[in-house]
Amino acid sequence: MSLPDQARQALEAFEQGKGWEQRARLLMQWGDRLEPLDETEKTEANRVHGCESLVWLVAEQVEGLWRFKASSDARLLRGLLALLLVRVQGLASEELAGLDLREWFTQLGLERQLSPSRSNGLHAVLQRMAELASNR
Amino acid sequence: MFQPSPWRADFPAIAALQRQHQTYLDSAATTQKPQALLDALSHYYGHGAANVHRAQHLPGALATQAFETSRDKVAAWLNAADSRQIIFTHGATSALNLLAYGLEHRFEAGDEIAVSALEHHANLLPWQQLARRRNLRLVVLPLDADGRIDLDQALQLIGPRTRVLAVSQLSNVLGTWQPLPALLAHARAQGALTVVDGAQGVVHGRHDVQQLGCDFYVFSSHKLYGPEGVGVLYGRSQALERLHHWQFGGEMVQLAEYQSASFRPAPLGFEAGTPPIAGVIGLGATLDYLASLDAQALEAHETSLHQHLLRGLRDRDGVRILGKPQAALASFVIEGVHNADIAHLLTEQGIAVRAGHHCAMPLLRDLGLEGAIRVSLGLYNDSDDLQRFFEALDQGLELLR
Ligand SMILES: Cc1ncc(COP(=O)(O)O)c(C=O)c1O
Repeated sequence: MSLPDQARQALEAFEQGKGWEQRARLLMQWGDRLEPLDETEKTEANRVHGCESLVWLVAEQVEGLWRFKASSDARLLRGLLALLLVRVQGLASEELAGLDLREWFTQLGLERQLSPSRSNGLHAVLQRMAELASNR
Repeated sequence: MFQPSPWRADFPAIAALQRQHQTYLDSAATTQKPQALLDALSHYYGHGAANVHRAQHLPGALATQAFETSRDKVAAWLNAADSRQIIFTHGATSALNLLAYGLEHRFEAGDEIAVSALEHHANLLPWQQLARRRNLRLVVLPLDADGRIDLDQALQLIGPRTRVLAVSQLSNVLGTWQPLPALLAHARAQGALTVVDGAQGVVHGRHDVQQLGCDFYVFSSHKLYGPEGVGVLYGRSQALERLHHWQFGGEMVQLAEYQSASFRPAPLGFEAGTPPIAGVIGLGATLDYLASLDAQALEAHETSLHQHLLRGLRDRDGVRILGKPQAALASFVIEGVHNADIAHLLTEQGIAVRAGHHCAMPLLRDLGLEGAIRVSLGLYNDSDDLQRFFEALDQGLELLR
């Protein structure tokens, strides 16, 4: 499966990002590109629990393809969410279910952000996505 | 000026963590272990494990002896009058649950339980759920601006309907010592039983349960440089007699028939099933090690590091320290910066601190916060650990601002 354009860009940027400072800067840049949520989308139903920060995931299917929006009140987490969305945007449920997102974050050099002991919430967001993909 | 810890080398994990570029500043969550403990565990498992209190064979006798010697050591550590006042549980949490179930029969609808606004969930939820089961009132004692229980209000709120007062000795979020002598004396005069959650307090200084005058005192071994899976419940003898048995099974029973049974008194009557034998023996070895240290030097070291921590935090713009910490730890937030972002960047730089609600969600909500960062100290920390933390904090803030 070929990578979407933005995902390819992200991969190139993070592969070159050396050191924690560089990677943190990149994360913040990517987070800033995240399409903002309307206040009306920040509902309880869209909240992903299990995170120390507030995280929302808005998901809809248009003609069978997933369209996600996400945000958080924490900046670096917004970056992680942006990197997630560029990889999964526009996939069909079977594609989403078959995608190894752990592998994606490993390629970006961010696999440690996925640990369940991390309270940043990325882990919980991935679980929510997996549920969505298997339910419809 | 560099302030070394003379005990750092006694904890092999500190050097191992340092080789992985990790600075451990999360001792209020759990502590690293002294070599003396590793040796005791290895000796016990290496020389023959056996179950306690039931086997007539030699390994069983040796294990039972070592196990019971640990009970003596815990009693001595707390200055309990008698080792039979020490019940081993699986942690502070299970000791507090034991109390909430064991005392349940003493309550009638409308009775009151008093806890403070800063309790760890472990000393809140067992009482809250008991109150719900029995239709009791859970009275929450408010705090003053420094993060200590407000005595004036507490003395008003603890009255003749108060059957139990359950409070922390040292707050795991605010690092404040609570005004126990006045609270406990008042509660006792009102006829209430008193429970002290010593999970954090027991780690700093020596505490004499007889002098403290509480009915029950609870702590977890793993926060006191011992193994996890072991907790301690001390009870005054008359208070222990009031407890009903709560978990049933092997070893706690005197006589069992198909339809009925009679049970042993404390401590064994409250230690159903095979206890964490190696852990209890390990805790004994840890207490031996701790007892061998120069208590004054230890206190001076901890106080001075704690001052260093507070000074460093106060020196930085936008840092808000929660309450007025007096020992062991400090929690803080930074104006305009999400604590998850700080936590992320500290982690990236190998600084192990805690971020979040610290198992005290209602307290954080009272303070108007989603979470906070907590730096907590152990006896093995030195001033370089704090220096590394402050440098990482500065670097992280520079990046975020
Ligand atoms: C004040 C306080 N009470 C109780 C506990 C619960 O201890 P444990 O999880 O070991 O049972 C803790 C642990 O964080 C604590 O800090």
